[in-house]
Formats: sequence, structure tokens, C-alpha cells
Amino acid sequence: MAKYITECKLNFFQSRKAGKIAVVTMDNGQFPNIPNTWGVEALESLNKTLDIVEKDKDVKGWFLTGKPFIFNVGADIMSADPNAKREDALAIGATGHAAFKRIMNLPYPTLAAYNGASMGGGVEVGLYHKYRTISKSPGGCDHYALPECFLGLVPGWGGTQLVTKLCGPEIAIELVITNPLNMNRMINSKKALEMGLADRMFAPAEFVDESLALLEGIIAGEEKIERKAVDPKMSDELYNKTKAAIVGRVHGGALAPYRALDLIKGAGEWSLDEGFQKENEALADMITSDQFKCGLYSFDLTQRRAKKLPGRPPKEVKGNKINKIGVIGAGLMASQMALLFAQRYQCPVVMKDIKQEFVDKGLAYCKDQLAKTVQRGKLSAADAKWIGEDLISGSVTYEPFKDCDFVIEAVFEEMGIKQKVFGELETVCKPECMFLTNTSSLDIAEMGKFLKDPSRVVGFHFFNPIAMMPLVEIIKTDKTNDVVLATAFDIARKIRKTPVLVKNASGFLVNRVLTAMSDGIFRLLDEGADFLQTDKAVHEMGFPMSPFTLIALVGPAISLHVLETLNKAWPDRFPVNVGLKNMVAKGKKAILILGDKGVVVDPEILAGWPQGNKKFTDDEIRQRVLERIAVEVDTILKEGVVASPKDVDTGVIMGAGWPLFMGGITPFLDQKGISKKVTGDDFHPNGFLAIEK
Amino acid sequence: MDLRDAYFVDGVRTWFGRSKQDGHYWTTRADDLVNKVIKELIRRNPTVPWDEVDDNIWGATTQVGDQGTTMGRVTVLTSGLSEKVPGFSVDRMCAGGMTCQAIGASFIKTGCADIIIAGGVEHMAHHPMGAGADPNPRVVTEKMVDPKYFNMGVTAEKLHDWLPENGEQPVTKDEADEYAYHCVQKYFKALDEGYYNKHCVDMTVFTPSGWRVANFDEQPRRDTTLESIKNLRKFPFKAEGRVTPANASGLNDGACVSLLMSGKKCKELGIKPKMKFVGGAFIGVDPSIMGWGPVPCTEKVLRNFNMKFEDLDIIELNEAFAVQAVGFMKHFGMKTPVDPRLNPYGGAIAMGHPLASSGVRLSMQLAQDFELNPKAKYGLTTMCVGLGMGGSIIWENTAGKTL
Repeated sequence: MAKYITECKLNFFQSRKAGKIAVVTMDNGQFPNIPNTWGVEALESLNKTLDIVEKDKDVKGWFLTGKPFIFNVGADIMSADPNAKREDALAIGATGHAAFKRIMNLPYPTLAAYNGASMGGGVEVGLYHKYRTISKSPGGCDHYALPECFLGLVPGWGGTQLVTKLCGPEIAIELVITNPLNMNRMINSKKALEMGLADRMFAPAEFVDESLALLEGIIAGEEKIERKAVDPKMSDELYNKTKAAIVGRVHGGALAPYRALDLIKGAGEWSLDEGFQKENEALADMITSDQFKCGLYSFDLTQRRAKKLPGRPPKEVKGNKINKIGVIGAGLMASQMALLFAQRYQCPVVMKDIKQEFVDKGLAYCKDQLAKTVQRGKLSAADAKWIGEDLISGSVTYEPFKDCDFVIEAVFEEMGIKQKVFGELETVCKPECMFLTNTSSLDIAEMGKFLKDPSRVVGFHFFNPIAMMPLVEIIKTDKTNDVVLATAFDIARKIRKTPVLVKNASGFLVNRVLTAMSDGIFRLLDEGADFLQTDKAVHEMGFPMSPFTLIALVGPAISLHVLETLNKAWPDRFPVNVGLKNMVAKGKKAILILGDKGVVVDPEILAGWPQGNKKFTDDEIRQRVLERIAVEVDTILKEGVVASPKDVDTGVIMGAGWPLFMGGITPFLDQKGISKKVTGDDFHPNGFLAIEK
Repeated sequence: MDLRDAYFVDGVRTWFGRSKQDGHYWTTRADDLVNKVIKELIRRNPTVPWDEVDDNIWGATTQVGDQGTTMGRVTVLTSGLSEKVPGFSVDRMCAGGMTCQAIGASFIKTGCADIIIAGGVEHMAHHPMGAGADPNPRVVTEKMVDPKYFNMGVTAEKLHDWLPENGEQPVTKDEADEYAYHCVQKYFKALDEGYYNKHCVDMTVFTPSGWRVANFDEQPRRDTTLESIKNLRKFPFKAEGRVTPANASGLNDGACVSLLMSGKKCKELGIKPKMKFVGGAFIGVDPSIMGWGPVPCTEKVLRNFNMKFEDLDIIELNEAFAVQAVGFMKHFGMKTPVDPRLNPYGGAIAMGHPLASSGVRLSMQLAQDFELNPKAKYGLTTMCVGLGMGGSIIWENTAGKTL
């Protein structure tokens, strides 16, 4: 990708009332879809502009803004050198601090006008100005964030220090730690104004006019900016509370939020230069950390690579037009699908089940969900009525399916039933209608084998809850034709999901990796590992939930079913676990229960779980589980279930919520030396940050 | 005074840019120029109930892209006017804005409206003259108009030839050049006296070289001398001709807006309008001499409203080309190259001519001329129009008067 350098373009404005004002525009000369960023050249450009402005004795004010829709989205992280030495990493922080501080030292009023998207170093440069304005959302500064912790970094150009001094530690924690860890939440201009990050908010239409007029007024002494005093000191209570919250989110896994918290606390005690020095050190530690490299990798995976739809047949293969959709089944999963399709496609969606009462229940579920959306103010009552009553309909016959463009089945996970459903559909549906299946474990080729045209069948595997989880596994059989496959990708995109192309192999991708992980854990337990210790040791690596919590969420019976399916395919690697089987037989829903003295293992489960007497350290537990995962990922790749380790990582990030700072899983396995030990080589022999051809 | 008369209350324009890549507005949308002047009009007139505007009428010659989408309506939404305000767009080329004023005043006089926003805009960088035009081939095959006269400069050259052939006094190149020179002189004198600051609004604009403030008319050059005009041997329209860039108006971007109101509404709000709309007229002439339009048109409006040329104290004439202004002056017996009654503070040859906007600029200058000359009673805004037309409106000075 070509590199577009953001320049700091200087114009002098001779104001009638305020005199000469330096108007500086950050602009990379590209349309808004390529935003302004900070890089070495951009900082050089800023320094050159400052050289001119500092020398000019007539200048009475400094005004900084961006190009339309974009202020500056911060350091260009994709161009960061993943192999930076610590000295270089220290210099990155110091260079930014030094350049921005020159703005702070200008001896006259300075104003930053956050006209559009402002992130990271973009937010930070504004903080060195004496005054700040922000353009009203929507259409103005809709995205304002210090997202560094999300990527495994800390704000290193003054963010932790200046936000704390300007707005106090609570606001700094929210902006620097809480929001990034909350799925990288961004704030809009209204919120930024409330938080004290801007002094005035103006509508986008005349935002630059009014911001410049404000600066003129300040210089002329006509305008005064009042701010409420803040105490930058952080109480121990707030520190401990925040630390506990971080532990709750990322456990011991991610380093950055802890470092950020210490920097924010320090801001209440240190001088500015001391604080900047500490930021440089923290930033250098983070830039040279394994976690940041994983963060970069994940960012590229989810923000860039996934959007290119790897695995879709070439663009020339046009997907089918979708004007009507069928869903077989009206249970929870089916209803969720029907709702999602109706909302995104805004076309008729029909659900079929064997009994009218099931159908009615599904329809009621959809209406209920729509009503909740209306309550949240995200949908009008009229649209809810339209989607719920006019678009979504139910049936107990196949009659309404004859003009569907695709039908997705979500019936009971039993091959015979699914084959029967597809067979019946073939007699009513038009020939170009595609058959999708949401099966999580069955052989899709087998499912379509009695059809006259098995090329119309493709797997389309959602993750629960459908509305939340961004992943869809698209499963191609040997027969699936290219138009059907292309359409499946288009459907995923239309419903705003991330598709991963997977071969028709038992357990597909994500469930197979998760089950391998469970298998690793079960084997440890069988040998004698302590339940609570194992659960905690694995969780602490940074997974979004502990292994036992996951089993409780999925349901032990389903976990067992998936395990049995995989066992049929690969009995050696996936033995059916006796403990789990006993637990399901007893109708247990969760391994852990709340006892009098806190969380304990359900004694009945413990009793039914044959264990040896070997003991393990936490590290041994983690090592064993990671090795088991590595074996499976290696097998998956060797079998060609997915094309690249990047698909594995996209799958576990989007489908299982595995952390960005582990890069999903394969970069982490490479970094820990586990891939080499298990497979003889890294999953990314050229380094996982090497540019994909 | 009739409460159903239509009055000019106020007018605002952007500074005019040059239609080129390093001009003020190259990367600014035409409709954003409109938004700016409407917003400024609102700011300057806080007592007006802006929700009650009866129509937002905009003229533009090329009504596509950033001048399309029925700009009169879309700019209601984008300028922050109430959604209750309707709007529409008008095209009479250069007289687009002037026609909007005539329509608006007629709405008021017939009782259809009390408050009208009437303006004109032209972004000639985004919409070069004639771009996308598809004239009916019959115009050519049936020899209705020689297609060379679709080019306005060629009609100006023709006007030089036509005047003496048709019993009018000739206009030489020297006379045109002298007129142009004095126009620029008058402009800079007025600029320095703050005349233009009164109705022009500064606007920050994003340009390829960063944000700038468009706070001056880009076209006029302070170093203009009579020699520099006379020595310019650049004849874009006819080899060794008479029309040069120095005695013509230029290619420009800008927007002008005016606020028209019924006498009844002015009275109700306690607003002192600047002038009264007496009457207007439009006329067609031979397209090959379109610059002549103002002469028969002014005669028509005077006749219709029972007035004589001598009744007009001030005339704001749009100088598309110097030949057409000098021809007009000579026809009506005015003094050339300078007559204190005509364009006393400079004209389009100096600040430029963003086609449809100019008629509205004439009106805001006339209103200001009236304020500066309380003794003046009647004034005229007049202009020529492509494909052979003229437009004229007579206004009556009401500055300082309460209704």
C-alpha cells in the first residue's frame, strides 16, 4: 500500500481584530477514507511548520485542525517496525513529546479544532493546546478515542499525563483504559465536551469558521474560557477499584492497561517532563513486547484482511440476488436468524416448523426482540411492526418456500432429519434456490448427497448468540458451486458478519480448536490436576472466560455431542471423556457451583470423574493445554481445513472472543516456542507480521 | 405605502473566488457557499422569524452535482432553516438570482408570501460554462443562432461591430479599456473604505494547501494600470479583437443572498427595509448581441412603470463585458468612462461574475448605495443574459424610513 504522508500545511490569516494567526492543517492530500496519521515524516513536517511560526514575531495565535472529516487518527500503527530496538522505541515517544511540546510553549493563545475523527496521537496533539473545540456529532468528530490499550500499547505522547491533569483521573481511566478494553469503544463530541476534553462544541457546517472566530476572540480579549478545577491525584480506592476491573476484563493476560493505570496515577504526582519520561519508558516496553506484535497482527487481521473476504471466489463470480429467505425451524437459533435476515435484507423471511405452536413461539420471539429494539430507541415502532408482521412470517408447510432465494435449516442435529428436510425442499424450491445449513458438527456433503443438485448446498455456521458473535464459518463441500459459495460470502457481508472459509471436516474450525482445548484440559484432570487450579491457570492466559464457564454456557450435553462427533473422526486425538459423560448423564449443567465458602467443584461431578494423582504447576498446565491446541491447529492446516493460520486466528478472535493480544492463537504459540516444539516449525516461519502476498 | 409591497431587507455575499485550482473555493461545494450566506443572513437579522420563511429560491445556471438536487430545498436543510420552509431552483443563466428576486417579490405582492430568501450561486470551477450542454441541433441546422455565439466573449466582439451598424454610438477598445481601468480603481477605493466588508462574509475554506480564510475578492489586482490593461494583447474570442480578459468579467465562484419581505411583515417586526421593489422586466434580443439586453429591457421596465431614465439616480449594471456597459451608457446619454450614477463602487470587471449570483449582488450594492446617498430616490439593477436576454429591476430607496 502506498504511503500517504500527512503534512502540516501552514497558512497565515490576517485577522482584522486579532492580527496574524498561523492556521495549520493536517492533510495527507487523500480523500477521507485514507485518514491523516502521525509518522516520522508528519512529525518532521510539524517541526518545520513550527520553525517558521516560532521565528515570526508578528504571530499572535496558533490554530490546528485537520482535513474534512478527519482530524488525525494517530500514529500509523501498520507502519510500525515490529522489530524496533528499545532505543528506537524510546525515541518514538520522545520525538512526539518534543514536537508537541513546542506547541505548548508558544507564547500566545493556541487552539486545536477537533473537526473529525481523532484518535491516539491525534487526540494527544490537541491536548498541548491552550484551548480546544470539537465538531458536533453526527458528522463532526464522531470518533474520539485513545485506543492504545486495545492494541497492547499505552498512549505515549502525553495522553496519560495531559488528560489526567486536564480532566482528572476518573476521566483519564475511562478514556485510556475502560473504553479500549470495552471492545475499543469510541466517544463522540458531546461526550468529549462533557468530559472536559474540549472547551466548546460547534456544528460541523461552520465548525472551522466558529473555532477560528473563538481564537480571534480569545486573542482580542473578548472571549474567556472557563474550566472547572480538577484534582489530578488518584485515590488508592480508585486505583484498587480500577485494577480489580482490569483483572476482571483481561486477567493477568494484557500488560498495557496496568501500565496505563500506573501512568495515570503518576500524573497526579509527577512534573510534566517526568511524566513524559515515564510514558516514553512504558511505550518502549510495550512496543518491544510480544503483546503489541500480536495486537498489530490482530488489528490487520480484523480491520483489513477480513474485509477483503479471503476465500470468496473472484469478484467476477456474482452472487445471486436475494429477495426472499426461508428458515427451517422456529426454535431460538432459527428465530434469531430469521430476525437478523429480515432486519438486514428487509425482505420477506419465512420460518417453518412442524407444529403451529412452535411457529407462533418463534414469531413471538422476533416481535419481542423488535419491541426491545424499539425501546432502546434503535428502531421506529412502524418499522418494528413492518419487520415483525409483514416481513417475517411462519408456516407449517413448504408452500411459502417455493420462491425463496435461499433456505437455511436449523433443525435438530441429526443427519436423517436434515437429509429429509433438504429432500423435501428440493421438491418445492426453485432450482437456483440455495440450501444453507447451520449445523455445527454434521457432514455437509452427506447432508446433500441424496439431492439431484448437491452443488446448491453450503454450510453457514453461526455462533451463539447470533446477534453478538461476528463470525460465520462458510463450509464448502466438494460439490458446492462457485456462485453458491460467492453468495454465501455476500450473505455474511450483508448481515455484517465476518466469514471464514472452512472445508467440510468434522467440527469445522472453531469448535474443533475449542474442543481440542477442552480435551487438553480433560486429560490433565484425568491425570489428577486440580479442577479449580486448572480452570484458573488457563483463564489467566487472557481468554475471555474460564474453560468451565464456557462449558456451562455451551451446555455440557452439547460439548459432549461435539466431542463425540470429533471422536468419530479422530478417536485418538478426541477420546470421549468419562468424567464429562458421567456429568451429562447426571444432568449437570455446570462443573463449578457456588458453595458456602465460594466457588467449588460440584462434589457429585468430582465423584464421577476418575482422576489419577499427578500434580501440576500452573505453567505445566498452560504448557500442556497450549501444546494440545498447537497439535490440532497444525492438523487443521495440514488437512487444508482452512487456507492459512490467519483464518484460524480470525476464527478464534471473532467466533470465540480470544484476545487480540494473543493474536488469536498462532502468533502466541509461535512466541512461546510451542509451535516449534510440537510441529517442528512456527506457524508463521517468516514472522507473523510479514506482509501477506 | 402599500403593505403588500415587496421590500429588500438585507443581502450578503461570499467574497468571489477565481475558478481555478488554487482559487478560494476549488474544494468547497457550491451549496456550502449557499449555506454560508444563508447562515450569515440569519445571524445578521435576529429579529426575523426564520421558521416562517415562505420560500427559499435559488438561481444557478448548471443545476447538477453540488448545484443540483433542487438546491433551494436542499439548502433549507443544510443551512439550518426550519424543515417547514419550502424551496426551489431557477435558471435564467446570469439572471438566475435576479429572476429569483422578481419571483419572490411577485409572490409577496400577490399575497402568496411574506418572507422570501432569494439568491444566486455559481461555482464556475465545478461547472464550467456550457459543460454538459446539449443544444437542440435545429438551432444550428435551421440557422437560428450561429453556434459560435454560444460563447459569450464572441457576442461581446460582435457587439463592438453591431453598435455602429445599428445607429448606436461605437465603442472602441480604448474606451472599453478605460472603462475597465476606472472600474478597478472605484472598486479598490470602495474596498479600502470598507464598502465591501459590509455585505461580504469571510469563510474558512479547505484547499489543497490547507484551510484558508476566503476574506477578499480574488480577481481584482491592485497593481492594475491603464497601460497594463491597454497592453494586454490577449484576445480569447477573436484574433486581434477588442475583448480581453482585462475588459471582461472573468470566471468566478461565489454566492449572493437577499432577504425580501412584505411591508406588512416589516411593519409587524419593526424592520426598516433598505429598498422597495418597484417593478421588473425581462426581454429577449438577438442571441449574437446578448450584451445589448439591458438597453431594451430597461426601456421596457421604465415604460411599464411609467418612468423616465432620468428618474433613476443610481444604476448597478452587471459588467459582463466593458463594451456592453459603455454601449448602455452611451445609449442613455451617460458620461463615459465614468458617470457617478453607474456602478459607483466598481463592478463585475473588478470583483468578478459568478453567473447566477450577480443579479443579487447588484441589489445588495444598490441598497448600500442608497444608504450612502439618502437623496437618491430610484435605482436600477440590470444585466445581460446568455442566448440574448436582458433583465432589469427598479428599486426605490427606503433607507432609514419606518413603514
